[in-house]
Amino acid sequence: MESEQLFNRGYYRNSYNSITSASSDEELLDGAGVIMDFHTTEDDNLLDGDASPGSNYAMSNGGGGVSSSTHLLDLLEEPIPGVGTYDDFHTIDWVREKCKDRERHRKINSKKKESAWEFTKSLYDAWSGWLVVTLTGLASGALAGLIDIAADWMNDLKEGVCLSAMWFNHEQCCWGSNETTFAERDKCPQWKTWAELILGQAEGPGSYIMNYFMYTYWALAFAFLAVCLVKVFAPYACGSGIPEIKTILSGFIIRGYLGKWTLMIKTITLVLAVASGLSLGKEGPLVHVACCCGNIFSYLFPKYSKNEAKKREVLSAASAAGVSVAFGAPIGGVLFSLEEVSYYFPLKTLWRSFFAALVAAFVLRSINPFGNSRLVLFYVEYHTPWYLFELFPFILLGVFGGLWGAFFIRANIAWCRRRKSTRFGKYPVLEVITVAAITAIVAFPNPYTRQNTSELIKELFTDCGPLESSQLCQYRSQMNGSQAYPDEPNVPATPGVYSAMWQLCLALIFKIIMTIFTFGLKVPSGLFIPSMAIGAIAGRIVGIAVEQLAYYHHDWFLFKEWCEVGADCITPGLYAMVGAAACLGGVTRMTVSLVVIVFELTGGLEYIVPLMAAVMTSKWVGDAFGREGIYEAHIRLNGYPFLDSKEEFTHTTLAREVMRPRRNDPPLAVLTQDDLTVEELQAVINETSYNGFPVIVSKESQRLVGFALRRDITIAIENARRKQEGIMLNSRVYFTQHAPTLPADSPRPLKLRSILDMSPFTVTDHTPMEIVVDIFRKLGLRQCLVTHNGNVLGIITKKNILEHLEELKQHVEPLAPSWYYHKKRYPPSYGPDGKPRPRVHHVQLVRSFSQEEEEEEVEVSEEEVRLLDGTTH
Amino acid sequence: MMPNILQGLRAPVTVLLLMLLFEVAPYTQANKSFEDVRCKCICPPYRNISGHIYNRNVSQKDCNCLHVVEPMPVPGHDVEAYCLLCECKYEERSSNTIKVTIIIYLSVVGSLLLYMLFLLLVDPLIRKHDPYTQPLQNEEDSEDLRTHVDGAQGRGNTVLERVEGAQQRWKKQVQEQRKTVFDRHKLLS
Repeated sequence: MESEQLFNRGYYRNSYNSITSASSDEELLDGAGVIMDFHTTEDDNLLDGDASPGSNYAMSNGGGGVSSSTHLLDLLEEPIPGVGTYDDFHTIDWVREKCKDRERHRKINSKKKESAWEFTKSLYDAWSGWLVVTLTGLASGALAGLIDIAADWMNDLKEGVCLSAMWFNHEQCCWGSNETTFAERDKCPQWKTWAELILGQAEGPGSYIMNYFMYTYWALAFAFLAVCLVKVFAPYACGSGIPEIKTILSGFIIRGYLGKWTLMIKTITLVLAVASGLSLGKEGPLVHVACCCGNIFSYLFPKYSKNEAKKREVLSAASAAGVSVAFGAPIGGVLFSLEEVSYYFPLKTLWRSFFAALVAAFVLRSINPFGNSRLVLFYVEYHTPWYLFELFPFILLGVFGGLWGAFFIRANIAWCRRRKSTRFGKYPVLEVITVAAITAIVAFPNPYTRQNTSELIKELFTDCGPLESSQLCQYRSQMNGSQAYPDEPNVPATPGVYSAMWQLCLALIFKIIMTIFTFGLKVPSGLFIPSMAIGAIAGRIVGIAVEQLAYYHHDWFLFKEWCEVGADCITPGLYAMVGAAACLGGVTRMTVSLVVIVFELTGGLEYIVPLMAAVMTSKWVGDAFGREGIYEAHIRLNGYPFLDSKEEFTHTTLAREVMRPRRNDPPLAVLTQDDLTVEELQAVINETSYNGFPVIVSKESQRLVGFALRRDITIAIENARRKQEGIMLNSRVYFTQHAPTLPADSPRPLKLRSILDMSPFTVTDHTPMEIVVDIFRKLGLRQCLVTHNGNVLGIITKKNILEHLEELKQHVEPLAPSWYYHKKRYPPSYGPDGKPRPRVHHVQLVRSFSQEEEEEEVEVSEEEVRLLDGTTH
Repeated sequence: MMPNILQGLRAPVTVLLLMLLFEVAPYTQANKSFEDVRCKCICPPYRNISGHIYNRNVSQKDCNCLHVVEPMPVPGHDVEAYCLLCECKYEERSSNTIKVTIIIYLSVVGSLLLYMLFLLLVDPLIRKHDPYTQPLQNEEDSEDLRTHVDGAQGRGNTVLERVEGAQQRWKKQVQEQRKTVFDRHKLLS
């Protein structure tokens, strides 16, 4: 027995380490282990006095003293359907899920040798991870191709229609035409504008008004259709989805958020929203679409469908595939998943993300949506060098990006808060229509806002060569057409460029204002493309300014050294690229993944250093005004339980200051291990709204046995009522290994050991919060019990920690918007009858037994006296 | 449980796979198609000749200025200088993929629109005469019962009943989502 016990302990310790080794902080783990060991040794003499077997404190150390199978997971032996699942809007327990997976894995492994069928099953199980990411990659690549093609077509539908083949967009319509000219490349007889079709004339004020009208009409129609479909079929399909996916990946359950209807509606309405000309992009929603694919395919594999933690690994890979197809940047996608979205990212997930991104990019490439055999729209082909002095304007662009990011986050959050809190949010359809109408009416007169945002970015990124005919490139030397290409240095601008500058400035202001009001509308809306457009416009303006400066003052020492007459030294397109990266960096606060995305997007490998400089500057400047990016800000605005692992915790509070119950609160609601009846248990559950209850030895000895979740208890009782005979209201409920001795006439007792989590995490009341927060972040805990001398004192949940962080932040920066207040103002859901539904997202503590209340109170105060004594000595 | 899930999943998975097939399959044949290949040469202004765009169907190895620019606007000794300025690009597309994609997309949007109109206009009229649905829905509202109801409705007798049950369940879910997003503003605002 002794040796077996040791073996068990060793085994569990090993497994415990391997559970957590992925979270990469060995030091912390050792520390945690030491704390626990210390407790057990201190308690040894007390433990001996405990008569009940298998209920001692050593449980929390992971070692089941009695039998190895009575771990948390002997529910596999007598499975109760539904136990171990979660309710909507609840937080998952990563540790529990990982234990479950290990148990399942062990079972499959042990059966492997029994038969060929079992062996095949184990092979299937081992391969299912790769299979599911392959399927996800295939599906997201195909869907991205569909979205690209359909969005391009619909977008051009606003201008006109291809008469020879309805399904071609403008570019494809004129694809094989020989009638295109050098100056007007996009005109061909097959493509008819609406004015040509309806009025029969292509020029003149009448046709302009007609085109204007049709443009607005289609924009409104698309926007209306999009918001209607979202409202009727899948409300979860609105928005960018990245804040929610971040929250889901950190371990939150939102039922239906990644379902098939959401997938379908998001795909369909994304096309409509992009085509309506609203200032939004399709990149963020594509991440959501890919995650929906990942979630749907994971249902095919029991390994992933039944385990929330494993499912999140698939979702991490799926989000990488999403970015991979959104930008045509596979590596950038993997890094995006790692840096921005994922919460738990072991190496295995990294490889799977890599593979998913590869498959998705391959599928998209073979669909060839842009007809240019490339994955991306903005491929730049220039390789002109940049010079050291140009770092200065690049850094200026970085500053602009940071300022824009900070301004955008503040303004957008203020607007979204208004939408959330006032009556104004009651009219989502009207709001979308209004914004779409304003956008269309203001956008049409300006050619830079009229065109598709992606095409605008493409035009801004391209450098002026002799082959370009856009207004941005009308320099004087080209007008007379006498010089050959290689002889052209920086040249003076013509009125054409100056008018383009004016239009670009107006477009910049327009985009800035509209993007603030657009992000957060109830249609699928991404942020990447509008942000990039703003940065690209600003960058291009700066680039042309520097270029002209270099032309008119080429004897300055800066320009003299590098820009001798006849050399081509300033590339405005590069400035646009840098500006786009800086603005995106300012809004999202990404660094590595952003630079990789931009250079994969443009193919400009030479320009990594300028991009890095600008992105870093924009992050610094942005962080000076507020540390959180737009996604974190939205997470906070909506009050999602997201524990950010990027922020550091620097306060000196202790666990006992954060734990519940607080000093004036009623005591902790606890269950005793073997002297409750079913009726009493149900009374506890009905009177409280808490999601879990610590189980203690008895009211006299407040030692911890384990932790039982409310949902599991409810399901187990319900199950027992239906399946087991002789369970009455006054049946005894016991959590121990053996039934307690009962009087002969009492009804059959109910054993609930299978739902008891016998390895809850515990800390002592004097543990610094810094460590507790780290444990929560790195292990993904849902709750943690606080003990003193082995007695349960209280509990800390994820939400308590979030509230605590918010309180501390409130102290430091009182201006910051409060997640906490939001919760207060918007109480959780109400049931259909207006009665508050017992849906609190975390475990709280309440009075449960009236007579126990006093005892607990006394106990706590005794503890306090002792503690005070201890400190004064 | 598992067969149920699989059954529920079969439809979307099939649609996805079909879509994939439609997307990729035409591409393999596309190379043969005539109008899906082009070599486009852009020639900038040169001396007194204005810029011009040439567009021809040639194979990838013939895609250069000498083969595509016809008739050559400059005399023989200038051809080399002129062609240096021109930029030729070989491009492929698949018009079948585009066609199929747009048709799939439009048909999905069309059917969704019809279904939406049905749900908004026709459905309430039919439901009004049905006395059974109203109490049933109230009963379903309590969350504890939902698991039972799910199981019971999943096993309807006829196909029609099963579809009906699934539709009711789905409607309830969407109702819940709508409340969360639009009324309570708990998510996504």
